[in-house]
Amino acid sequence: MSDLMSQRTATISVLVDNEAGVLARVTGLFTGRGYNIDSLTVAPVEAGGATSRITIVTSGTEMVIGQIKAQLERLVQVHRVSDLTKEGPHVARELALVKVVGTGNNRVEALSIADTFRARVVDTTVESFVFELTGASDKLDAFIALMQDLGLAEVSRTGVAAIARGTRTI
Amino acid sequence: MFDIRNLGISTNSGLTQRSNRPTEPAHTNIGTQTMSADVQQSGAEVLLRALKEQGVEVIFGYPGGAILPIYDAIFNQNSIRHILVRQEGGAVHAAEGYARSTGKVGCVLVTSGPGATNAVTGLCDALMDSIPIVCLTGQVPTHLIGNDAFQEADTTGITRPATKHNYLVKRSEDLARVVHEAFYVAKTGRPGPVVIDLPKDILINPAPYLEAAAQHKSYRPRTEPDVDQIAKAVAILKNAKRPMIYAGGGVINAGPAASAALTKFVRTTGFPITNTLMGLGIYPASDPQFLGMLGMHGTYEANLAMHGCDALLCVGARFDDRVTGRLNAFSQGSRKIHIDIDPSSIDKNVPVEVPIVADAGKALVALQKAWDADEARVDSHALASWWRQIDGWREKKSLKFTQDMRPGSIIKPQYAVQRLYEIATARKQEVFITTEVGQHQMWAAQHFHFQKPNRWMTSGGLGTMGYGLPAAMGVQIAHPDALVIDIAGEASTLMNIQELGTIAQYKLPVKVFILNNEYMGMVRQWQELLHGGRYSESYSAALPDFVKLADAFHAKGMRATSVDQLDDLIVAMLDCPTAVIADIAVDQGENCFPMIPSGAAHNEMILGPEHESSGAAISDAGMALV
Repeated sequence: MSDLMSQRTATISVLVDNEAGVLARVTGLFTGRGYNIDSLTVAPVEAGGATSRITIVTSGTEMVIGQIKAQLERLVQVHRVSDLTKEGPHVARELALVKVVGTGNNRVEALSIADTFRARVVDTTVESFVFELTGASDKLDAFIALMQDLGLAEVSRTGVAAIARGTRTI
Repeated sequence: MFDIRNLGISTNSGLTQRSNRPTEPAHTNIGTQTMSADVQQSGAEVLLRALKEQGVEVIFGYPGGAILPIYDAIFNQNSIRHILVRQEGGAVHAAEGYARSTGKVGCVLVTSGPGATNAVTGLCDALMDSIPIVCLTGQVPTHLIGNDAFQEADTTGITRPATKHNYLVKRSEDLARVVHEAFYVAKTGRPGPVVIDLPKDILINPAPYLEAAAQHKSYRPRTEPDVDQIAKAVAILKNAKRPMIYAGGGVINAGPAASAALTKFVRTTGFPITNTLMGLGIYPASDPQFLGMLGMHGTYEANLAMHGCDALLCVGARFDDRVTGRLNAFSQGSRKIHIDIDPSSIDKNVPVEVPIVADAGKALVALQKAWDADEARVDSHALASWWRQIDGWREKKSLKFTQDMRPGSIIKPQYAVQRLYEIATARKQEVFITTEVGQHQMWAAQHFHFQKPNRWMTSGGLGTMGYGLPAAMGVQIAHPDALVIDIAGEASTLMNIQELGTIAQYKLPVKVFILNNEYMGMVRQWQELLHGGRYSESYSAALPDFVKLADAFHAKGMRATSVDQLDDLIVAMLDCPTAVIADIAVDQGENCFPMIPSGAAHNEMILGPEHESSGAAISDAGMALV
């Protein structure tokens, strides 16, 4: 029973009908019942397709996460709910656009660190860079933390997209 | 061309309008009887045709500008009977009463803007109590949506958390499909309310008709039980020394056959059974295996049996906080089996050992079969000993009250309910009871004994004052020859009092039995027990004279102020061929017992002044709970 009470993060993928109001319904479910949304992404599965995939990173006790999944599954427009964290190995990636403003040593250092992180430069002026970085969320967190002292000006992140490893599909 | 018999009093008298007159040219209405396949009907006619295909016979509604095309189509047909309410909330509660007393989907028709928003309380109520409702709401034309148009409201946004599902029909080709889907969603799996928002241009423009599809693309809830889980359940129950069965509204939703299956299983096993508020009538109340309702105002024996059992079979109930009391003390020693059609109800409040996701009726049939096939025997000594313990608790007579029978004595509310029960059920007619919310609701649950399902209509989950009167209307429409009695409080009755007009129009012989204590009784009780007797805003001031009010609404008014008048009033009320409002003055200080105060456990019940109180103090944490 104590397993039910310990907190964990869960990355949940939801396959839904691509219809007006579905996202509002899913987010309304989370806010209405007081569940966390740490990040949320949504996009159609095929271009102009009939289904969309919503990926939500949430956290809570095992009992709460069980409830979240059950509540999502009973929505009429939901086809499948997959708890990627629980079901096995999965890949989770995020993209960030990071603006760093600076000159002199800070600028050089920022470029060097970006290189180490394999971030790409997508915009440059003599005083600023915009870096594009993809990777696991903690890699993005680390890069942004490092840029703090080097002139970090603005960050735009996408939220997590995730998919199971191997042949397993949602 | 149209049949005036269905209209009751002429609908042209005192025609009330919610909006300005529309200026579009009147469109021609073609009767639905003679249609050639390739002539396109208007959206409104397609809608009515779809409703008819779904078996809708009655719709409760109120007109308005945005919904006029449907009202125009209704005027020219006979298959669906429209009941004109006096406020849209009344329409939804009436549809709830209709649905719960028949097992059919209740149907509502309201206009845009304020019509739809007035329906929200009823929709929340249906959602909480799992009542199948399809609510059609008018909407401004599609090109005006989002423009702050006249009588526009974001109905789909507002009703999204208040419904099981909702739809906004933006294209005419979707109309028929959406209507069929809405009915499917409303009654499949765990039933619930569904809203269809209908823009006016969609109703006016031609639309194609489609019959109901064979299957829904994504929503296919599981109804068949897993046989391994059933086997595990049987194993637990056969090894139990102190078993208990706890059944709720889900068994009612599964149909009368489910109640019959449960009754058979209870009699086969010899186990004790308790019902939730929503489940009363599943099992015959007069049977000795029935321990009465459980929970906050349940009987002593039901609550202690829940507390002390070692195996608990829950069928179609959801371990609601009114039932469980303090969760960490709830039925701790028992192994739990939970049969529910909604997987999200399982392990929500109380972790269970054997979850069974299934329709209650199918699960009970499977359970009976597995039980009969299994050769193991229940420990009859242990069971007999458990029954002796339960009978000992019964000796407490936790529902006991004392009515002073000397003429002129004040009437105790429990006595009023008891006499109503005794006199009403002695008659030949079927009796249906609706209630409002509060002390009278609990006393009705305790002292009116139900032998069959679908006879008891009450607002359990949301606890909506103003439910009882319109719900009684809905029940009477469904059962014109039955005795329909709304056991009410005087404060609740005022909340939807305008529906007396509907009752008069359709000549519904509903009996409104008001237990008038001149207080919001349940609020006053909590203020007495938890807030030092500070009766803040719980007194019913400036009450109308209900007898005069009855007269004003073309009904019969009656009053009883002392015990010697009661029986005569009840007989006169039940004999009266018209609607009756009975104003019964009852003891104002009477509190509803037993009571498990919030934050307390099942074995910390407060019993009434008839008994020595266990006097459980209410903790600070308990004070913060409802």
